[in-house]
Amino acid sequence: MADVAIPRAKPQMTEAGAWAQLKHNRNWLGFWFMVPAMVFLIFFLAYPLGLGIWLSFTDTRIGRVGHFIAFENYEWLWDDSIFWLSVFNTLLYTFVASAIKFGIGLYLALLLNEHMPFKAMLRAMVLIPFIVPTVLSALAFWWIFDSQFSIISWSLKHLGLINQNINFLGDTTWARICVIFANIWRGVPFVAITLLAGLQTVSPSLYEAATLDGATRWQNFRYITYPLLTPIIAVVMTFSVLFTFTDFQLIWAMTRGGPVNATHLMATLSYQRAIIAGQLGEGAAISSAMIPFLLAAIMVSWFGLQRRKWQQGESND
Amino acid sequence: MTDLPTRSIDLKNVLSGSAPTADHSEGMSYLQSVPRRLVTLYLPLTIIVVVLLFPFYWMALTSVKPDEQLLDLDKYNPFWTWNPTFKHFHKLLFESYYPYWLWNTMYVAICATVLSIIASVFAAYAIVRLRYKGANLVGGLIFLAYLVPPSILFIPLATVVYQYGLFDSPLALILTYPTILIPFSTWLLMGYFKTIPFELEECALIDGASRWQILVKIVVPLAIPGLISAFIFCFTLCWNEFIYALTFLQSTSNKTVPVAIVNEFVDGDIYRWGSLMAGALAGSLPLVILYAFFVEHYVSAMTGAVKE
Repeated sequence: MADVAIPRAKPQMTEAGAWAQLKHNRNWLGFWFMVPAMVFLIFFLAYPLGLGIWLSFTDTRIGRVGHFIAFENYEWLWDDSIFWLSVFNTLLYTFVASAIKFGIGLYLALLLNEHMPFKAMLRAMVLIPFIVPTVLSALAFWWIFDSQFSIISWSLKHLGLINQNINFLGDTTWARICVIFANIWRGVPFVAITLLAGLQTVSPSLYEAATLDGATRWQNFRYITYPLLTPIIAVVMTFSVLFTFTDFQLIWAMTRGGPVNATHLMATLSYQRAIIAGQLGEGAAISSAMIPFLLAAIMVSWFGLQRRKWQQGESND
Repeated sequence: MTDLPTRSIDLKNVLSGSAPTADHSEGMSYLQSVPRRLVTLYLPLTIIVVVLLFPFYWMALTSVKPDEQLLDLDKYNPFWTWNPTFKHFHKLLFESYYPYWLWNTMYVAICATVLSIIASVFAAYAIVRLRYKGANLVGGLIFLAYLVPPSILFIPLATVVYQYGLFDSPLALILTYPTILIPFSTWLLMGYFKTIPFELEECALIDGASRWQILVKIVVPLAIPGLISAFIFCFTLCWNEFIYALTFLQSTSNKTVPVAIVNEFVDGDIYRWGSLMAGALAGSLPLVILYAFFVEHYVSAMTGAVKE
């Protein structure tokens, strides 16, 4: 559809001087229009991205210019058990949280797609966890998971299920479960509402036809809903995985990486090493180590998008 | 987009539930009996919604409970309070820097959002309509920029901010937040601009309008819903941002709400919970109110960015 829009404004250019050409030539005009966005993205995104990789090869500290030390930071990290623990934590956190977010999100989207009273209000309420700043809701979870005054411990005790308060954020296993739960809680609305938008594009006549042919509810889902939804699932899940993998604020507000580093993610560890301990080079090495994982996720997204275009027969615009 | 075999996503109807598809689907719901619907639909839905909203209830309840009720769970039922107090809010507003923090957050969020939207309108228009050489490539690069997370940028950015002498200044945030916002809003606005018929622009060109006039007088007014979506979503992202604000700001009075609450309110005091939750609630309310007014725009922003 876009190809039709190309021929325009040609005649003016024939007798144009240099100035007029700058004003009317499509490429120059495009350049001027791009300047504001490009200035921001080059100075505060592309340049720091390169600088970060460079820093990871130096021994820069806060307040001291570093020297090039090649792979020393990485060699150091290779033998650092805390770093490997943070890699393990990050992968665990990402995979468990994303898988459950997908499961509950898809289920919730299917439920919200049904006909019922107060539908619009319900859908609006579901999205609230996504809107409230993560840190602030993480603080609420911090209070809910308090070791002494936790409402969950209280309720379980009064139901007679436990005798002692559960030390939610003080025990390594419980702490992991709690931060993963908080992450799922925050991520489900996003997955559910975007998948719901996808579900509404599926024509109901497909279900009617299938039901007439004797398809069960499960078959309806498996052979109609799921294939039509695959492209949007691919994209939503890539975003979800990406943002879970690089999560920082939830952990920082709830546990700051503790107890005994059990919830340290790569992002929180790099903050601790770089900003709190002042070892900018080492911190940069940790955050640069996240890049390969991110690239892998982006590749998945890319192929997901390609497949979507191919499925929908969309022209490449 | 008209040639898609599946209907293109009608975002406005996602929340209102008034999509034509939804009307038809009622035709099949008679196949389900009422008890069955209770178990398969209302019950799980209720559980999920209760879990999703409980932390907010708990936040609100904690912020109005008197201290002794907060800590004595045996004498008082923890799920309700009969004598709410505004002591915690009073402490927040008159005995702390909270008003400053709120103002900082708002100021930074609005400035960064306005800057980003202006830059994005130009960029998106150029990519979609001017179609200069390499426009597709630039569009792809901007999408990639969207995927670069702040967690890998904050360390080098801290050194950059320090070099430019912006450390501990709101300007540091106003200039760095657009790196998160521009890719997102450009991508969103590209989608909107594509839906504006180019015949309108051709007519204007024939009548002698310049590109600038076309953008200001035709494209921008037609894209107002998209601009509102982008604005609200960017504003929310700014308000939510944590790691840059944590790294680049130092003095107490300069902080933004999320950072300040985590750093300044979290001390050893056992009675902190009331004011902590009051702070969290007061920091969330502006966004929730904004959201309540613009639910549809919000959803279209969220799904729009994923859709493209």
